[in-house]
Amino acid sequence: MSWFAGLLGPWRGFAVTLRQMFRPKVTTQYPEEKRVKPQRFHGRHVLNRYPDGMEKCIGCELCAGVCPARCIYVRGADNPPEDPVSPGERFGYVYEINMLRCIFCALCVEACPTEAITMTHLFEMSVTSREDAIYTKDELLVEPDGTPRHPQPEGPLVDLDELRRGHGWLRATAPSGRAAYEGIVAWTPSATYGEPPPERGQAGVTDETDGES
Amino acid sequence: MAGPTNHPGFLLSTLERAVAWARTRSTWPATFGLACCAIEMMATGAAHNDLARFGMEVFRASPRQADLMIVAGRLSQKMAPVLRQVYDQMTEPKWVISMGACASTGGMFNNYALVQGVDQVVPVDMYVPGCPPGPQSLMHGILSLHEAIRAGRLQRDVRVFA
Repeated sequence: MSWFAGLLGPWRGFAVTLRQMFRPKVTTQYPEEKRVKPQRFHGRHVLNRYPDGMEKCIGCELCAGVCPARCIYVRGADNPPEDPVSPGERFGYVYEINMLRCIFCALCVEACPTEAITMTHLFEMSVTSREDAIYTKDELLVEPDGTPRHPQPEGPLVDLDELRRGHGWLRATAPSGRAAYEGIVAWTPSATYGEPPPERGQAGVTDETDGES
Repeated sequence: MAGPTNHPGFLLSTLERAVAWARTRSTWPATFGLACCAIEMMATGAAHNDLARFGMEVFRASPRQADLMIVAGRLSQKMAPVLRQVYDQMTEPKWVISMGACASTGGMFNNYALVQGVDQVVPVDMYVPGCPPGPQSLMHGILSLHEAIRAGRLQRDVRVFA
């Protein structure tokens, strides 16, 4: 009866195909629905402000120095005494990131001493010309009330809400999870996020935002 | 038709729109994966993101059947003539997506071995930042390109290449 088993072979294969048709679909319908991103997703940068509207960037150029792709250009200037831009002596006068050269490694976030530059969850940055890919302070810096700016037109393709997500704690050197930091607020408040919650340490407290984008 | 193709005549404007719609819905990519971005490009074509929803599931091995070249990865100086030849073999109308930091600008590899941006070799229509861009980043670039094709913004004048 071996010839009969040979006839049956293809149909056993078809049965596998047929079975897949009744499985749940895994496809994400991208422009309409977005995949849930991990909390520490490396997306577009923003330059943060303190809750009083002062810029966090002090123009120290550490981010430009650490950048492996050399995509950040910063120039600092002395704060005008009567109307200071940042709390320190100096502020970031020019701040440009070439998004086409950036590799989204977040080393600038690690290097920043004032948590001025952080990464958000926004990844839709496709451009038709190179010039548009260079983000200046006009696009990177958030508004004084914490609203992030964006050069692209609003539409179904870009979810601007993602620009509000992400925070300094995406650093690899973040104290999150360390027992010694439990209950301590480890990050400076920001105009976008307000007062950050205290570190959870290892007490097993779950945060409902965990794992959500 | 007189004049460049992105300024269609009065009589044929509806036909032009229909052609643009058809081109948008069947933009077949050429297989041109150069590095790690190609993995993300393959993931974009796979089940979780499924480029077939936009009529793009056939990555053509022959450039003569392809409309869109997704340059996925760093382009070395030795590969540049090959890229140009593949581009030249594609039939009009054709579009190029420069995917990722390396293809767009050389990324972090600013050295003698790599072309610092594929737009030195071929005309690029859409730059997708990322290292590598995730499937949805690439899809944002693809959908933006679709929108531009549909609106007729990216129609190159064929006579330039004749």
